[in-house]
Amino acid sequence: MSAVVDKPSLDRVWRWLAEVPDPEIPVVSITDLGIVREVRYDGDQLVVTVTPTYSGCPATEVIAASICSAMAARGIADARMETRLSPAWTTDWLSDDAKRKLRDYGIAPPVGLAANEQRIDLSRLSRRVPAAPVVACPRCASTNTEVLSPSGSTPCKSLYRCAACREPFDYFKCH
Amino acid sequence: MAGSARLEYLLRLGDNALILSQRLGEWCGKGPALEEDMALTNTALDLLGQARLWLSLAAEEAGDGADEDTLAYLRDDRAFRNLLLVEQPNGGYADTLVRQFLFDAWASLALRQLLGSSDAAIAAIAEKAIKEVSYHLRRSSDLVVRLGDGTARSRALLQAALDTLWPYHHELFTGDAVDAEMLARGIGFDPASLRDAWLSYVRDVLAEATLTVPSAGGWAPKGGKQGLHSEHLGKLLAEMQVLPRSHPGARW
Repeated sequence: MSAVVDKPSLDRVWRWLAEVPDPEIPVVSITDLGIVREVRYDGDQLVVTVTPTYSGCPATEVIAASICSAMAARGIADARMETRLSPAWTTDWLSDDAKRKLRDYGIAPPVGLAANEQRIDLSRLSRRVPAAPVVACPRCASTNTEVLSPSGSTPCKSLYRCAACREPFDYFKCH
Repeated sequence: MAGSARLEYLLRLGDNALILSQRLGEWCGKGPALEEDMALTNTALDLLGQARLWLSLAAEEAGDGADEDTLAYLRDDRAFRNLLLVEQPNGGYADTLVRQFLFDAWASLALRQLLGSSDAAIAAIAEKAIKEVSYHLRRSSDLVVRLGDGTARSRALLQAALDTLWPYHHELFTGDAVDAEMLARGIGFDPASLRDAWLSYVRDVLAEATLTVPSAGGWAPKGGKQGLHSEHLGKLLAEMQVLPRSHPGARW
């Protein structure tokens, strides 16, 4: 039977993957985050290549399970996930749509490009620290904000506070 | 565990991350402030993720049914290849911070070298890890400056921690036959070649922190990379390994 059923096109598979939510921040999908790097068929088996956000992010394994169950629900029983480490994931891959969704959800999206922030002088370590980004409050849009804790509730976030509306909020770090 | 030089090398990289992660995890719920508790455990989580990548690669090299879990949970202390520095006890917050600072500066330099490794799998893990370690180094350097150039009490605690941990930095730059083979194959680097850059950075930060760099020479303990550890590692492993050792094959 499987021989006579057409395999879903890769475009369709991409659209399905765009409906798989991130387990920690469900308003954004795994494609919004830029962690799906490639989709292809290996014979009849669908292969989805993803890259982890942070090395220790516990969401990675949940994402793998979500992909396989989302594909199974759409009739693709034979799917596997591959992990690709290089190039390393960066928040530069977040779509504009993803940044808007994060803001609407109450999380300030990354400011600036990691490619610029993290350019490293390979010859010598330096304490030259890039100026802290100006992060706008996702609730009142004031830029009068301050960092409360560089480490936040998940590896990808810092905790900030808005001095205008006094609300604390998460900032999705530029990485 | 006798194995190829590449296996030894991967175990060293993985065990550094694993053992330091376990140490930092001991702070969970006990940090001196909520923000620090989160920072210590976030760092532990990054390092645990890196350890899983290195040890999974080591397990592929080892074959014989090894995987990241058997390497983490079923080896005895003599089979661990981490630097003595990372197994040192947490002590007080100052001791933990200084240990982290000395390690982060070294790890940043070491991972930069590995970005250019001829071994694509090693270069890829280094590329992933260096972004996280750069964040760790920024934090540990900032805190060393803030607490060193802080109150008389915080400065004294940091200086004491620095004096205690300083001897362990020698091992970071001491190579052996494994390092030599990895260098010759274009996979690794010469540990001694990192010393000047490390010292230069560490001295800059310590100067800004108004701390005194301990004098050169003196006691230089080593052996961790070859499996000869301090008494502290066995106790750490006893806690880390007790569940999978007591209940073989246990699953969540």
